[in-house]
Amino acid sequence: MESLTHPRFRRRRILPWLTLFGDLLALRAESLREPARHLILLWLEGAPSQLETFDPHPGSPVAHGSTDIASAAPGVRIGSGLARTAEVLDEFTLIRSMVSREGDHERAVFNMKTGYRPDPTLTHPSIGAIFCHESPRSPVEIPSHISILPKRWAARGGFLGGGFDAFQLGDPRNPLPDMTARVNGDRQARRLEGLSVIEDAFARGREGLEARTLHRTHLERAARMMTSSQLRAFDVREEPGAIRAAYGDSPFGRGCLAARRLVEAGVPCIEVTLDGWDSHVNNHELQAARNAILDPALAALVRDLRERDLLDRTVVFCGGEFGRTPKLNALEGRDHWPHGFSVALAGGGFRKGFAYGETDPLGLATQPGHPVRVEDLHATLQTVLGLDPAREWMTPVGRPLALSGGRVIRELMDPR
Amino acid sequence: MDRIAAMPVWWRNLVFVALVGGAVALGQAVLWRAPLEALDPAALPLPDADEVALAEEVDAACAAGRAGADGAPMALADEFTVLRRLSLALFGSIPSYEEIRLARKVPEGRRIDWWLRRAFRDQRYGDYVAERFVRICAGTESGPFLVYRRRRFVDWWSEQLRKNRPYDELVRSLIASNGLWTTDPATNFVTRHVVPQGGPDEARLAARVSRAFLGIRLDCVECHDDFLEGRWKQSDFHRLAAFFREANMVVTGLSDSGRGDYKVRMRGASGETPVEAAVPFGGEWLPTEGSLRTRLAGWVTHPENASFSRTAVNRVWALLFGAPMITPVDHLGPEEGLPPALDLMARDFVAHGHDLQRLIRIIAQTRTFRSSSSAGDSGARFPTTRLRPEQVARSIGQASSLTTIDASSHILPRIRRQGETRDFATRFGDAGGDEFDAATATVPQRLLLMNGKMIAQHIREDLVMNAATRIGSLAEGDAAAVEAAFLAVLTRPPSPPEQEHFTGVLRGSRGGERSRRMEDLYWSLLNSTEFSWNH
Repeated sequence: MESLTHPRFRRRRILPWLTLFGDLLALRAESLREPARHLILLWLEGAPSQLETFDPHPGSPVAHGSTDIASAAPGVRIGSGLARTAEVLDEFTLIRSMVSREGDHERAVFNMKTGYRPDPTLTHPSIGAIFCHESPRSPVEIPSHISILPKRWAARGGFLGGGFDAFQLGDPRNPLPDMTARVNGDRQARRLEGLSVIEDAFARGREGLEARTLHRTHLERAARMMTSSQLRAFDVREEPGAIRAAYGDSPFGRGCLAARRLVEAGVPCIEVTLDGWDSHVNNHELQAARNAILDPALAALVRDLRERDLLDRTVVFCGGEFGRTPKLNALEGRDHWPHGFSVALAGGGFRKGFAYGETDPLGLATQPGHPVRVEDLHATLQTVLGLDPAREWMTPVGRPLALSGGRVIRELMDPR
Repeated sequence: MDRIAAMPVWWRNLVFVALVGGAVALGQAVLWRAPLEALDPAALPLPDADEVALAEEVDAACAAGRAGADGAPMALADEFTVLRRLSLALFGSIPSYEEIRLARKVPEGRRIDWWLRRAFRDQRYGDYVAERFVRICAGTESGPFLVYRRRRFVDWWSEQLRKNRPYDELVRSLIASNGLWTTDPATNFVTRHVVPQGGPDEARLAARVSRAFLGIRLDCVECHDDFLEGRWKQSDFHRLAAFFREANMVVTGLSDSGRGDYKVRMRGASGETPVEAAVPFGGEWLPTEGSLRTRLAGWVTHPENASFSRTAVNRVWALLFGAPMITPVDHLGPEEGLPPALDLMARDFVAHGHDLQRLIRIIAQTRTFRSSSSAGDSGARFPTTRLRPEQVARSIGQASSLTTIDASSHILPRIRRQGETRDFATRFGDAGGDEFDAATATVPQRLLLMNGKMIAQHIREDLVMNAATRIGSLAEGDAAAVEAAFLAVLTRPPSPPEQEHFTGVLRGSRGGERSRRMEDLYWSLLNSTEFSWNH
């Protein structure tokens, strides 16, 4: 051990070599590992405070009374409001050094969801749309990109087209929107028969109409979806009471439970939104109330996926558009802070029980240690999902564009 | 009064219900037969001979451009189909049943001219076309907080369009205006492109100006020279962007007080260097006087700058046809590939003071615009294109009302329309700034139309609000009811097989059962390809 403390082996000198070694291990593991097949995005809209969630600094001037707890990941402590999540933190990689150049909600949400900054000439697709577009798989009868409890900015297909927009639904306790005919069987038959008469009249003399519009094809697919047994995946009432209770009696908890059921049904990407994190006033109170909803749902989801052997092929992402200021404002709130915030990742090919990057405990530095840019996060996520971030596609505005312009951070991937 | 007071309560209630019911029924009957505005066929003005002549030239140029044209005469669509196209393009919705009844009183062959003359006076024209232009020059997002007022910007566009302000003047205001985004709404074009803590973004503004007004995707060379067509250099883009370096946000709003040099790190260079403003072509059109933005505005809209007039024509063509003459709409490409018809209209547009309404009339006058989408030569055929989400939503609302929903309508249907259109577009999936996305519809869109709340509310039994119920109870006979429903939803009468089928469905039905059958007919009409596509 003495030799390692020799000035020649100081951390700064040895780190690049360790990083290179880690990269090589991760590359080897990456080539052997099956890519993840599902992505669950737990989207915390409004921007959670890193200090009250995954990057607490208790006792420091920025904590303002916030405390932390130990977790199942050795040496990694998180906000004391996430006690249940702490029990399964050995499944997580925490990134505590996210940086972005967007401090406005709308722009930052776009940035975090797509990996690109807003561009008035091009609407980029969200990560889930990219995933559905890039990795064809056996089709499900229900939508393959789903957004549960969307708020202002649900995941979109952008320039990939409306076909890749997320299918939106509310609290899974309620019936699915638009999925049930509004009339009984006889009347529905009369409606469809009438429609067929009108369609026949319009199609007369119009060769290739259906190939162009796919109207009837989509109508038939919609009808199939309406009667598909896979729709049961949305119905969380089928779950045992104990499981439902574990996720928490909240729309978000039920959304997370539905997400797990949808993964089992083969759906590639599900987004579940929990909003209300924008704590410009009374930060501690607001963050605690949100944590009380997030904590049981997040912990139950990861535990449930693990117990069903689904976690290795499912990536769970949990985060928002930016973080919150280290200093409290005059109203005891925290404002927007894109210079070092946290996201949590579990499953897929991510490391287990690992925290990456560090923020300044005094809250003065605007650049965290080992910063991870939003585009780097996307490049890494895409790699774990079996996509090649460097692959270019031709956008509708005639510009070739890489899936992600970021750098893959291999240290985040499980080297096993 | 004493006698009324002496009546038993149940009897009083019955009289009250009978009286109210009678009044409603009478009102409905009156509305059903509401007198249409007076129309004197002899007083209808003839279309401008000069415009007709140009439309013929455009048709000839379009026909000549079609390789392999078989010489067969182009089949024309009937006038009501053309009215539907115009109404969708200029009002964002299908024609109302009331308008169709009125159009039927106009002599055949004169209906399109008659409709166009009315259209430009209608607030719906300004409001809807304004929304489409705002998408082109500012996108659909809510944009930078406080300094961008989208609603105010749309209203300003609407006013300019209704005044028929020359398009070149209008674009000059957009590029060069100064002041507050609330009191000088044209400034929203620049403030839309403000980045937090950075002021107006020169590069994004250059991209927007070149795409929206010049049909050039100059931002493709933002990071490197053009290695595909070899036409543009990286420096061309940044020199154009440098015209916005004086644009600054101050207390009084947007001004030209300057923000120092516009600096860029060019490809291969080791550091950032200041870039001087210069135009990529036609330097002789650049005014020598004025602020940088005023000079740029003068150059963009210069009468000899054909890129400007051609782009305007291509965009108006796209508005009317649902698809541009040159695709993609923001990239005209090399001059030698451009169709002569585009130039004909562009030259006329400049010669007649950039008159947008004249341009719309000329395009609407062409046989190409009036051609059938189902037959004839494939090169001239009117394209079948998907309706935009707001067109679908507004058309559902209009189809369920027998009278026109416009600025003179009662406030309630208008508020209802506004809210519904927004919600529907959100669920349907707004195309955003990508105006002419060729993609087909999606399965969730079909589900929304089949089972969604909006259609259900607009077709359910409701004698006051919904046309389906009113037609069912007030039309004289089954055949008349079927015809009225077809006219209200598809802007055409039913074909014989359709008439036969649906008359059979309605036959013998009464009361609630008849309303339900009418509701089902409306559902079938609203879920058809014909309703959701422009054709």
